[in-house]
Amino acid sequence: MDNIVEINKLAFLRNQRVIFNDVDLDIPKGKVTAIMGPSGTGKTTLLRLMGGQLIPAKGSIKVAGQEVPRLNRRALYQLRKRIGMLFQTGGLFTHLTVFENVAFPLREHTSLSNAMIRSLVLMKLEMVGLRGARDLMPSELSGGMARRVALARAIALDPDLIMYDEPFSGQDPISMGVLVKLIRTLNDALKLTTVIVSHDVQETLSISDQAYVISNGRIIGQGTAHSIRNDPSPSLQQFLQGLPDGPVPFHYPGKSLAHDLMSEDLT
Amino acid sequence: MINQVAALGRIGLEVVRQYGKAGIILYRAIFRVPDIRKGFSLVVQQIYAEGVLSLLIIIVSALFIGMVVALQGYHTLSKFGASQQLGPLVALSVARELGPVVTALLFAGRAGSALAAEIGLMKATDQLSSMEMMAVDPLQRVIAPRFWGGFISMPLLTIIFNMVAIYGAYLVGVKWLGMDAGAFWSNMQSAVDFRLDILNGIYKSVVFGVVVTWIALYQGYDAVPTSAGIANATTRTVVYSSLAVLGLDFVLTAMMIGGW
Amino acid sequence: MLSQRVIETTVGLFLLAALLALITLAFKVSGLTTFFKQEGYNITAAFDDIGQLKVRGSVKIGGVTIGEVTDITIDPVSYRAVVTMRISSAVSDIPNDSSASILTAGLLGDNYIAITPMYSKEFLKNGSEIQETHSAMILEKLIGQFLFSIGHPGEKSTEGVKE
Repeated sequence: MDNIVEINKLAFLRNQRVIFNDVDLDIPKGKVTAIMGPSGTGKTTLLRLMGGQLIPAKGSIKVAGQEVPRLNRRALYQLRKRIGMLFQTGGLFTHLTVFENVAFPLREHTSLSNAMIRSLVLMKLEMVGLRGARDLMPSELSGGMARRVALARAIALDPDLIMYDEPFSGQDPISMGVLVKLIRTLNDALKLTTVIVSHDVQETLSISDQAYVISNGRIIGQGTAHSIRNDPSPSLQQFLQGLPDGPVPFHYPGKSLAHDLMSEDLT
Repeated sequence: MINQVAALGRIGLEVVRQYGKAGIILYRAIFRVPDIRKGFSLVVQQIYAEGVLSLLIIIVSALFIGMVVALQGYHTLSKFGASQQLGPLVALSVARELGPVVTALLFAGRAGSALAAEIGLMKATDQLSSMEMMAVDPLQRVIAPRFWGGFISMPLLTIIFNMVAIYGAYLVGVKWLGMDAGAFWSNMQSAVDFRLDILNGIYKSVVFGVVVTWIALYQGYDAVPTSAGIANATTRTVVYSSLAVLGLDFVLTAMMIGGW
Repeated sequence: MLSQRVIETTVGLFLLAALLALITLAFKVSGLTTFFKQEGYNITAAFDDIGQLKVRGSVKIGGVTIGEVTDITIDPVSYRAVVTMRISSAVSDIPNDSSASILTAGLLGDNYIAITPMYSKEFLKNGSEIQETHSAMILEKLIGQFLFSIGHPGEKSTEGVKE
């Protein structure tokens, strides 16, 4: 089983804060891989590193065998045409219709005729169930619909790898169900490799072949959904079960309550 | 005490870094081989958004400014018995200073702030990132057309401002205050030199166009991607642009009066 | 968003409006038609004092502008100011014994060169020099003359504008 993405000994800092420290990660081809962890651990940053939008401080990031941080502009852009990315906010172009949004990558990177582009766009929209909404403007779409349109746009060029940044956040149960089904179906039908970054444990694990859990810049758990659920590590279990107190404490660090109540300070 | 000095140094370095970032963005946006077919229609769209849509405020302001300068000028000149010099007074003030500067300030307020807000919003809603991940350079697709739009619109707006302002002065001076039309225009013609006054004013407007558009685009591109960040970017655009225009106006005027 | 066609038409109109404004500014406001400097010929004249005359000052015959001053230098031998003028080719029959004076436009205006044509049948060509020149009136000298004549009635002062 070869890997489409290989990350070795990754280290990344932002404003002197260590985001990643010695992280090893492999994304196998054709499978759905989840990357999970508490908010703020830098999961989105990881996607940006894989997409070449950020450069790591140390370590190597290989996508499709190419060392991403070392690519020049042209090679990087060539690589990006094979990657689809779905941002948390959708990232639809507000001045274009749904149809034009999905058609955008086709118009930019191919010289297909208008008729061909139309067919392709309609097919992609059909896959996400929004062919009828093709003339709407993004401002007229609900959040879930906007995300599906962004998904259609992400697969417009038939990429090899698709990355989802928090696809389930803020969705009502029906939209959630739709997206969950879509992600898995598309992965299998189009022979994609999927990476899902999320902190919605149940939904994500239900469709993932394997998962990584990252906390404090390190991987605290990896493996299949089943093996992770049964991993006894306390920080992992706190995250997976959503326990309010554990290795990540409930109380923000400070002096004891007795001390604060008894002290003479007015603050 | 040392802390204050260190803080000052840090601020200074940060300012220099901002200039550097702005310069790099401008360089990457405009010094690339452009795609003439696609790029042209994008630039035309931006000339519309920045130039044509600013016409209303430019024309109305020009009319009123021309009328006020004529009104004030006439009354002051009359005290010296020089009311026949109203034409030259208005034409020279407008062509050399009021035209380029006021147009630039109005442009900064209307088009500059709109640009900064638009780009800041595109950044905050991940539109720029999406474009990047789809292997389309947002600097080429989004920033560059807006830069050329501003570069072309500003001198055109200034020329129209000049004309409307002088017409406004004509309305007040000749039609209302009863000056002789012939004296108005002929005195103006002998006092105004095309190269020194009108063309110099247009050169100024080109410089202002570059500066205002550049500041607006950079502030939007570099904005913190939150609503507060966008609001800050918009305010900063207007403030910095205005200061830059006024400062550069002084420098350019000094250069022009000294004969370049 | 308006259709592409409408946008392009409006931008075209905008450009046209600006072009029209520019043309109006050029001709009606700055009187550009008076002199296109392309064809012309150069003549020189030496003055004792050019007063406020500047390069690009007008050269007129009978009040009509026929050229402009292109250069002002000082002759190292005679210490007179040598003024070079470019005259429009359309005016090619100025007699070569004409005189050149430096006058003031209006009371507080700029100085210009007025050429008064004489009677010779030979005309000024490229490189000719006008021999008879009258320098600018210097206000201070005039006042000095006037005061002198008041203080010493009947006498002629030895100062004054040289002829």
